[in-house]
Amino acid sequence: MYSYNLTHLKQLEAEAIFIFREIASQFERPVLLFSGGKDSIVLVRLAQKAFWPARLPFPLMHIDTEHNFPETIHFRDKLASDIGVRLIVSSVQDSIDQGRVAEESGLNASRNNLQTTTLLDAIEEHHFDACFGGARRDEEKARAKERFLSHRDEFGQWDPKNQRPELWNLLNGRKDPGEHFRVFPISNWTEMDVWQYIALENLEIPSIYFSHQREVVRRNGVLLAKCDFLNLTEKEQYEELTIRFRTVGDMTCTGAVESEAGSVETIIQEVASARETERGGRADDKRSEAAMEDRKKEGYF
Amino acid sequence: MSDNNTISSEKYLNMDLLRFTTAGSVDDGKSTLIGRLLYDSKAIFADQMEAIEKTSEQMGDGYVNLALLTDGLRAEREQGITIDVAYRYFATPKRKFIIADTPGHIQYTRNMVTGASTANLAIVLVDARHGVVEQTNRHAFIASLLQIKHLVLCVNKMDLVDYKQEAFDTIVEDFENFSHKLDIPDIHYIPISALKGDNVVNKSQTMDWYDGSTLLYVLENVHIASDMNYVDCRFPVQRVIRPQSDEHHDFRGYAGRIEGGVFKPGDEVMSLPSGFTSIIENIQTMDGDLDEAFPPMSVVMTLKDEIDVSRGDMIVRTNNQPHVGQDIELMICWLNDKPLNPRGKYSIKHTSKELRCIVKEVRYKVNINTLHRIEDDLTIGLNDIGRILIRTTQPLFYDSYRRNRSTGSVILVDEFTNETVGAGMILT
Repeated sequence: MYSYNLTHLKQLEAEAIFIFREIASQFERPVLLFSGGKDSIVLVRLAQKAFWPARLPFPLMHIDTEHNFPETIHFRDKLASDIGVRLIVSSVQDSIDQGRVAEESGLNASRNNLQTTTLLDAIEEHHFDACFGGARRDEEKARAKERFLSHRDEFGQWDPKNQRPELWNLLNGRKDPGEHFRVFPISNWTEMDVWQYIALENLEIPSIYFSHQREVVRRNGVLLAKCDFLNLTEKEQYEELTIRFRTVGDMTCTGAVESEAGSVETIIQEVASARETERGGRADDKRSEAAMEDRKKEGYF
Repeated sequence: MSDNNTISSEKYLNMDLLRFTTAGSVDDGKSTLIGRLLYDSKAIFADQMEAIEKTSEQMGDGYVNLALLTDGLRAEREQGITIDVAYRYFATPKRKFIIADTPGHIQYTRNMVTGASTANLAIVLVDARHGVVEQTNRHAFIASLLQIKHLVLCVNKMDLVDYKQEAFDTIVEDFENFSHKLDIPDIHYIPISALKGDNVVNKSQTMDWYDGSTLLYVLENVHIASDMNYVDCRFPVQRVIRPQSDEHHDFRGYAGRIEGGVFKPGDEVMSLPSGFTSIIENIQTMDGDLDEAFPPMSVVMTLKDEIDVSRGDMIVRTNNQPHVGQDIELMICWLNDKPLNPRGKYSIKHTSKELRCIVKEVRYKVNINTLHRIEDDLTIGLNDIGRILIRTTQPLFYDSYRRNRSTGSVILVDEFTNETVGAGMILT
């Protein structure tokens, strides 16, 4: 009997590499959607492995709300230049200036929903036919039903009742002109897998993932960072706490957790004992029970 | 997740992976069982628990409905049904698990076949009050057809038959009468109550007469390492890598995933369809060169000679070649509302190859409840399974599905709608 066996993380890595290679070969103009978050950082490493020793055969694209943490933007630019890949930045501010979308107003105003229009416009402008994303099925219940290859019609819409069945390793990327696919190579990874992989590969991540002192305000059970885009009510006030972020999104809606974890190893211990999902701190998901499902149908990431 | 909530990275990195599928009829308690596995193995977070407590209250369930954990989409929660295959994850210190959760109502076969195509193990649920029903046999047949080597028959709702051994024994006997006709080498039987938690993660306190394992114990310990084919070397080429940089000026590597056998540098290999032979120079990854490569590794292979190899070709050992041919016999499961066109042309995908095919003949359809052949009605519609003969535009390099799930499987794609319409398993 043979004793050949790959560990689960190596199997997940091999699966993701397989998907990258398959899509880069089946499609003409793929792009990797890069947010600067840990999932897209893992995605970039997997893409490097898939095409090594050649460079990535596609660019990175960031949908920039301009409400990002400055640390994330700094990290994004450095990573793109380190690995020698083209970075496209599409700005939500441009979409607002062009009148394509209107800024939300009110206390919990966020640019999160506006990203969808900017994303779809950029896909059309650059004629991208496959967009790699770092979404995982364990993140959120609407994502649990995603496929590796998620078909989007010419309006960028997702139809959960009409997805193509995916069998074995056979990925069907056929499409009509104007349609595109979202591709999720790390669909089968959990938050813990991502952190363990970051540790294993010794990947750099933005500093906001690590514990630091920051002024935050508590709103609806979520700790939001002090920034120019946030309006406080009379009763609210900033307090300085030792915190870190579990996900990277807009400053207006990404919640912090109080934490002393200052290294990937200590973060792993924290994730192992966490009692809240990582998106539990995302104000954008708290809008309604089906917030993610609704956004995805419209063409969200 | 261990009791003290710390995790050893060394252990975590050594865990292996088990993919399993769950099947049951509508009210067999499948969602509750998965909820129970997630809950008792502590894969559920406080905010998820709060959310389902809130929803249970709104729906007037009167208890915390664990089924709500798996019913993801709004339409499903409103109608109390599951649409499509959903994937769930949990881990114990021994293994990481991927569950393909397939619904038990309409479109059942299509979804189960999809979930089963990548599974190592199938859980089939039976309601202890109703016993083995038509759907049980259907689920077991699909698991067998898809070559799932391990099956666990969970007799659920034992609490509703007073935990009586006779109820369990009758069901086991009934199922054995059917399952001997199938091709499943490893079958386990477990009496459980998903609602109360008996024999799912924790051993039942009420069924002393059962001295077997709990479900989680079976999931953690079932031996899957030898289920892959490590004998017949198969390397379908996905992409040719030519960096054209100064550093790697003459580099020409073949990227792909090992779908069978163990390749080593120095092996004599042949590229199909050309038939040219060469020697493996190196097996590489970004993390370094490998002494050997086996399924399901993704690697880059370089050869000693410059022979013409491109995407869709297959590198094999010279002394162990796959079948090569254009006339292919398939067991097909139909996935689309529009039935198979018995003289139709389809696009076909097999490993990294995409070509066209024409259906030459529908041989028979299978009654998936009795396993009898139907020869007087040859319409293959949604959820039907049948045997067909196709002819491809160019030769395929293939093995029987029974021998290799990767080089023995195909999908048929409708050339007008681009939908995946058929899942085929090659017979030789």
